[in-house]
Amino acid sequence: MNDDGPVDHPETEPKGPALTPLGTLPTRPVSPQDPDIIHVPPEAAIAEADVRSAERGEGIKGTSLWEDAWRRLLRNKLAVFGLVVVAIVTVAALIGPPMIQQATGYSPDYIPTNNVKLIKSFPPFTGPNGSFSWTHPMGTDNAGRDMLARVLQGGRISLFVGIISTLVSLLIGVSYGAISGYLGGRLDNVMMRFVDILYSLPYVIVVIVLLSMFRRQTPEGQLILLFIALGSVSWLTLARIVRGQVLSLKNQEFVLAARATGVSTPRIIFRHIVPNTLGPVIVYATLTIPQIMLTEAFLSFLGFGVQAPKSSWGSLAADGIQNIAIFPWQLIFPGVTMALTLFSLNFLGDGLRDALDPQMRKV
Amino acid sequence: MPVLLKMLRFIIRRLIVTIPTILVVITLTWGLIRLAPGNFYSGEKKLPPAIEQNIREKYGLDKAWYEQYGRTMWGIVRHFDFGTSLKYEGQSVNWIIARSLPVSAAVGLLAYLLSLVVGITAGSIAALKQNSRWDYASMAVAMLGISVPNFVLGPILVLVFSLTLYWLPPSRWGGFPSRNLILPVLTLSAVYMAYIARLTRAGMLEVLRSDYIRTARSKGLTETNVVIRHALRGGLMPVVSYTGPALAFLLTGTVVVERIFALPGLGNYFIQASLNRDEPLIIGIVAFIAIALLLMNLLVDIAYAFLDPRVRY
Repeated sequence: MNDDGPVDHPETEPKGPALTPLGTLPTRPVSPQDPDIIHVPPEAAIAEADVRSAERGEGIKGTSLWEDAWRRLLRNKLAVFGLVVVAIVTVAALIGPPMIQQATGYSPDYIPTNNVKLIKSFPPFTGPNGSFSWTHPMGTDNAGRDMLARVLQGGRISLFVGIISTLVSLLIGVSYGAISGYLGGRLDNVMMRFVDILYSLPYVIVVIVLLSMFRRQTPEGQLILLFIALGSVSWLTLARIVRGQVLSLKNQEFVLAARATGVSTPRIIFRHIVPNTLGPVIVYATLTIPQIMLTEAFLSFLGFGVQAPKSSWGSLAADGIQNIAIFPWQLIFPGVTMALTLFSLNFLGDGLRDALDPQMRKV
Repeated sequence: MPVLLKMLRFIIRRLIVTIPTILVVITLTWGLIRLAPGNFYSGEKKLPPAIEQNIREKYGLDKAWYEQYGRTMWGIVRHFDFGTSLKYEGQSVNWIIARSLPVSAAVGLLAYLLSLVVGITAGSIAALKQNSRWDYASMAVAMLGISVPNFVLGPILVLVFSLTLYWLPPSRWGGFPSRNLILPVLTLSAVYMAYIARLTRAGMLEVLRSDYIRTARSKGLTETNVVIRHALRGGLMPVVSYTGPALAFLLTGTVVVERIFALPGLGNYFIQASLNRDEPLIIGIVAFIAIALLLMNLLVDIAYAFLDPRVRY
């Protein structure tokens, strides 16, 4: 992603649904993978669609960008798979722990102190006397805590950190990029040079220094520190994307009209221009969530992130690696759950990009 | 040779920006360490005040903050001297870096080479046979590589190859060409293989549709010739520009891998130093990493210019 130049984005205008040669109706479902449709200029597509619907005697009725994107997304099997898995994991993380507590009496932090024989690591689906049991489908950890409840609880924190930190980076990145792009000139130059410099910094290293130096006493405090740290280092690419968008938008008529009617500059930026950059921003944000979750896991794994008694997938994996030789399930379950979630989020992000912006199909 | 001259000017201009950036990084790190509550001596074992006072005097920690900052910076600028580690008594920071760098560099460079070879091969095959079974398979594997965190992959590899099959040693440094390197390098390279494969595929797909490839084909060149001599050169541009960021990620990746496999590399020392609040060592390692990154980025830009005749300064 190294071109900051203006990118042409057609999303402000209605778009025809299919891009088959003039006058013919689509004979097969047009998939976003189809190389032919990528290079059709959007104006031509609109014209075609208009001509066709006019031929059919209908009024010109464009599908909205979002309807169009949603349909394209549903055609992408991998993206749908991602969407379903992400939904399942999120719902399980939200309602799972209380349900497990209802069913088995194990909350994520419950240590069976009333029965010493239970304070040890049981393999998956194994009861206290080695027989088959449904109580712990993922086994237990060293303290006899239920792994399934802990993995779901950890998922809550991991997803939460991913989403909140992404919002922080959205806030910074979109504002920065929009201001830089809209005001332009020397200010733009200085602001983007600053981004270039930040780009070349070893930011994870700086984050580790930050987190280890300002280590909070309470887990909540550490969590907030984590949001700020992760959010404030992941806005750079977003700022560049938004700036590129704004550069191509700011000379369009609707901005001129807003300016002519005396709308203030901040209002033009945030009410008129920013909403029009939403497509690429959503795509990039979806791909940022797994990145941030991975960084959070990495930091927690090293002991700088989420602090006990709170746990995330990263810190669960860090605990599990201590016992990898004897109790591998302590690492494998949090690790595989995390990998599956990231895998699905990545597919969903890729699918969204293809759906919202077929021209941006890269990597 | 006006082109070379222009390039030289570009390099010098970039270096002029690079040096202040490094100083800013050092200052930022120094400031972070100083702003944070507590210090190296506020650990679990409390020192008697008289002894702490003596030590503080020895390291100049009793002076005013600007004096300390000035001394630190002067040492770095003048002699490239980051001082002595607080934790590892009597060991200079430079010596610790010189000792641990080869470990990290060996793992990192081997991992990068491996991921280049595998990634470019897989990506090219996927692009040449777009939408085939090969394409889908390699891209699915690549996505898996991006999604599985290295701290999950590493222990699983250890579990399989060391603790179950007894083929490879599970951890520790064993000198440069040794079997101990295999698992760390595999663990570290998985993500980059995946990224490079995806980048190569995307770059190649774009290039294969371009006019000059059609021209090459219509001239009757063999397919091998078209791909190797023409398509790869253009198609690999995204991979080249990824080299800079890759080095940054490689550095953070080695932190985890060195932790998992107990390797005495730069990353392991950095984590220890951060936990110990070993100020000179933290600053030394951060500065070193920043320098390495910035120089690498510069090299990538130069390489870019050589490979892509359209880039001009």
